Amino acid sequence: MIEYRSVAKTFPGGAEAVRDFSLVLPSRTTTVLVGSSGCGKTTLLRMVNRMVDPSRGQVLIDDVDVATRNPVELRRSIGYVMQHAGLLPHRTVVDNVATPLRLGGVARREARTRALEALERVGLDPVLARRYPTQLSGGQQQRVGVARGLVADPNILLMDEPFGAVDPIVRAELQHELVRLQHDLGKTIVFVTHDIEEAFLLGDQVVILKKGGEVAQVGSPAEILASPADDFVRSFVGLDRGRRTLRIEEVDGRQVVVDADGRATGVLA
Amino acid sequence: MRWFLDNWTDIRGLAWRHLWLSIVPVVLGFVLAVPIGYVAHRWRLGGSALVSIASVVYTIPSLPLLVILPSLLGTTFLDPTNVIVVLTIYAVAVMVRSAADGFGSVSEAVVDAARASGYSAWQRAVQVELPLAGPVLLAGVRVVSVSTVSLATISPLIGVSNLGSLFTDGFQRSFATEIVIGIVCVVVLALLLDLLWVLLGRVAMPWLSVRGAR
Repeated sequence: MIEYRSVAKTFPGGAEAVRDFSLVLPSRTTTVLVGSSGCGKTTLLRMVNRMVDPSRGQVLIDDVDVATRNPVELRRSIGYVMQHAGLLPHRTVVDNVATPLRLGGVARREARTRALEALERVGLDPVLARRYPTQLSGGQQQRVGVARGLVADPNILLMDEPFGAVDPIVRAELQHELVRLQHDLGKTIVFVTHDIEEAFLLGDQVVILKKGGEVAQVGSPAEILASPADDFVRSFVGLDRGRRTLRIEEVDGRQVVVDADGRATGVLA
Repeated sequence: MRWFLDNWTDIRGLAWRHLWLSIVPVVLGFVLAVPIGYVAHRWRLGGSALVSIASVVYTIPSLPLLVILPSLLGTTFLDPTNVIVVLTIYAVAVMVRSAADGFGSVSEAVVDAARASGYSAWQRAVQVELPLAGPVLLAGVRVVSVSTVSLATISPLIGVSNLGSLFTDGFQRSFATEIVIGIVCVVVLALLLDLLWVLLGRVAMPWLSVRGAR
């Protein structure tokens, strides 16, 4: 369980990224922080592994304040997947994936073996293992990033817009892959995105943020759609544009679901 | 050409000596300049001052330095160590800047990713930033290597023979052939040494020469 207690962050130079943020993220679930740029979502994410230290308040993992932990040790115990994958360009794919293990003191041979297993788990051809990151497509690099995040089997996985830089088709593929992985592995995932569709697809708990890390609404996707807290949320999730206002029409004896403009989006089973 | 063949054994001896007097300062200069350059890169306030100081050192005339040095180091006047120390000082002076630039050329995103993966500051510097600064460091080494080979030719003036001896000797005897051959030998040596650094760079940085890099 991750808990934010009245956390605030003002960066040197006076920029206030987060004003006063509190939240509990239950274990083995996915929490998505979603908001426009400047809402402090990445800052909040990076507080979990002490890439950013809060100016006020506390972040706790299983009731232990992360401020009491050694940052390097803490980071090694937490998976991190970032935009553009953040791979080391001078290391082969398998060495990149093995990095967290090697840093944790695992022997080279064992680290290799486990890295290859992790690559397989994220659906990458073992042939790619010997290549350098620049020889891979964006989608493949991102899978390598996920494999690296998972290889040391951390309890917590932090994902900072991991699929933001790949094309929509690959993104959809990666999203479904993550849903499948999470179903198998049951990690505590903190996921940051500006894409509400992605948030609803992946999140057990979705946190919609306004400027300065102000929480607009917290809830499951269904709860947020059923009772949006205010106009901001209504507009952010697209309830004001009719795309989510679906109704049923009878066509050839089947019940077809259409949106506010009458475009068909599916059938009732 | 005839003269060259007649004196081949002597010239070869001088060339080896010259090579030795050049490689040691370049390697020492690299080893010393990299940490200084790293500090200059990381240390925002003093960094540029450090680089400037290094550059100023390069403007100290070499002959006076060669003359003063034995008294500072306690070496004898004809000791080759004097030459090596002077050339190393110049190598450091030039390479500090390229080392600082090299570390500056490393992508912040990659450094950030390394930090997030749990690299300690020391591991990050050695295992991530140093190799990624490699291409710029190599460029610096190549420049310094050429200038060191050329600068080393002054050492016969303080009694340490090398290919530069062909200049002093040819000059004293008014024998142009010897001087020309000396120049050619120095150029060839500089080019061979340059080739060595390039090949070492290839071996040390395999990721730069992969096929199909996007």
